[in-house]
Amino acid sequence: MLVPLRLQGISASAGYAEGPLFDLDRPPAVYASKATAAEEKASLEAAIGKALKRLAAMVEAADRDAASILEFHIAMLEDDTLSEPAFASIVSGQTADTAWREALNGEIAGYEASDQDYFRARAADLRDIRDQVLRALTEDEDRAAPSGAILFGEDIAPTRFLETDWTNGGGIALQAGSTASHVAMLARSRGVPMVVGLRQLEANLAGLALLDAEHGSIVLAPSPAEVVSFRQLSSSFTTRQGKARTFLARPAVTKTGTAVRVQVNIAGPSDVDAIDIATCDGVGLMRTEFLFGKTLPDEETQYHAYRKVLEWAGDKPVTIRTVDAGGDKPVPGFTVEEGNPFLGLRGIRLSLARLDIFRVQIRALLRAAPHGNLKVMFPMIAMAEEYECAAALFAEEQAALAARGVTRQMPPLGIMVEVPSVAIAPEAFANVAFFSIGSNDLTQYVMAAARDNAAVAHLNSVRHPAVLRLIGSVVAFGRDNGIPVSLCGDAGGDPASIPSLLEAGLRDLSVAPAQLAMAKAAISDISV
Amino acid sequence: MSAATEATVLITHAVGLHARPSVKFTKLAKTFAADVEIALAANGPWFDAKSIVKVMAAKAPKGTLLHIRARGDGANDAVDALVDLVRRDFDEGADHARTA
Repeated sequence: MLVPLRLQGISASAGYAEGPLFDLDRPPAVYASKATAAEEKASLEAAIGKALKRLAAMVEAADRDAASILEFHIAMLEDDTLSEPAFASIVSGQTADTAWREALNGEIAGYEASDQDYFRARAADLRDIRDQVLRALTEDEDRAAPSGAILFGEDIAPTRFLETDWTNGGGIALQAGSTASHVAMLARSRGVPMVVGLRQLEANLAGLALLDAEHGSIVLAPSPAEVVSFRQLSSSFTTRQGKARTFLARPAVTKTGTAVRVQVNIAGPSDVDAIDIATCDGVGLMRTEFLFGKTLPDEETQYHAYRKVLEWAGDKPVTIRTVDAGGDKPVPGFTVEEGNPFLGLRGIRLSLARLDIFRVQIRALLRAAPHGNLKVMFPMIAMAEEYECAAALFAEEQAALAARGVTRQMPPLGIMVEVPSVAIAPEAFANVAFFSIGSNDLTQYVMAAARDNAAVAHLNSVRHPAVLRLIGSVVAFGRDNGIPVSLCGDAGGDPASIPSLLEAGLRDLSVAPAQLAMAKAAISDISV
Repeated sequence: MSAATEATVLITHAVGLHARPSVKFTKLAKTFAADVEIALAANGPWFDAKSIVKVMAAKAPKGTLLHIRARGDGANDAVDALVDLVRRDFDEGADHARTA
């Protein structure tokens, strides 16, 4: 008898699924090698043709998002550059399946080595393309998962997702995977529950499992009691989700009539294309790390990115955070290698160490400011001197732009409250324009539990009294000194944490766009 | 051999010259007889702009100054059309209509 086992990963698409496990990584059927190189070549050509035909058929049935992914696969597969190395090794005596696998594995390794999430995530597409052809080579047609199954494995191919029938439920549980993968995007848009990063998930599992993709966990071999509580959570999620939709367009108000501002967190200017500004109170956090990829962004690129979001928001506030590189967000040519990066040169510390880069961002922000209601905040502030130094740089650049006759405006300057020193002794910051509590970092520093380490995930709770007490005292300090206080960590969008945050005195939350409706619905159930 | 026509254009698309834009870019390049190549720096390396495998392998993120050059029949038109496609953000603004 198996004992129930709960594994923790990361939610890539919220929802609940209860069903039999289905192993995505079952060994495929064996390829029957041919007598001559000419036959191997013909066999690979036929398999590529077959895979292309299947993709074309899938495009017919797909919606627009899915079709554009399939069209990318088709374009890659139609490109002779992709198959050239495989055909070359067939000529030198290799079998079609090995030749193709090795050629594609080489290509996949190139994507996996990229330092950009987006290109790294394309490795999954290349694996999909590889396996489509291998499947055609081995004629393994028997690969359909039972309806309502929880598909588990190392990773899942986009085509695998598309050919699966999700009408009777089901979900996805992956050991690796990425929340930025094509499948994760598809899963979110179709409402298919998906959890990634379940590192302890073993191969060869079978039987019933419970996938809680709201909190990012899976229970294997559940007890009857666990099934009962899982179903309660699941039905409460469905109810909340249905109810939440009706809340999206309305301002957030508690049961007792207290207004709560709900803003959104965005990672880049293209995020706003999918958000109706009428559904939120502004942008509580715009990250700027997206700009810092392989190359450092110039002033124009940054200016246009900031201006786009400011114009989109109209007169609603947009709080842009100066670059928060370092920690778990390395940037080549900018961040430094450190033994303990979360406690090292990151956020404002790094910006102040690299003034050449920081000044470019400051100028872009000053120039963008006249195009909307801009606020700027600094990440990882630990001491008042850091804030004063950053504010002085803004004043210097402002004066330099003025001297050159460039249109610019000084935005209100605030700080992230995420280093415990600030939360414990906020009185050193009585002159800042606003506080924004970064609950993810504040929690990991107060609890000494790294937020990317699943082994200490149970310690990483914003609802620990120590964290809540600090939040409460920051809110009280802000109230007494006329400094607005908001919160922009993941906790702000978590219906389970929202009651504690409002009880701590917060009235301004900034959440992921996908959590906007649920957060508003959760607020409406609270009596504060 | 005629001299190459060359131009540069800034990639403003949020995630760069990635899957969907690469499909559009190579499809458009293939409509010209000229040899078309792209690079991330003026001194190369140069990649065949008609091969999506090579265009993707260039891994051009947002903010890259993309170099485009063409040689042969319709080289000027090819460069103009491709620069224009990048400037239009690969038509991925409000209109997500699929290209034929």
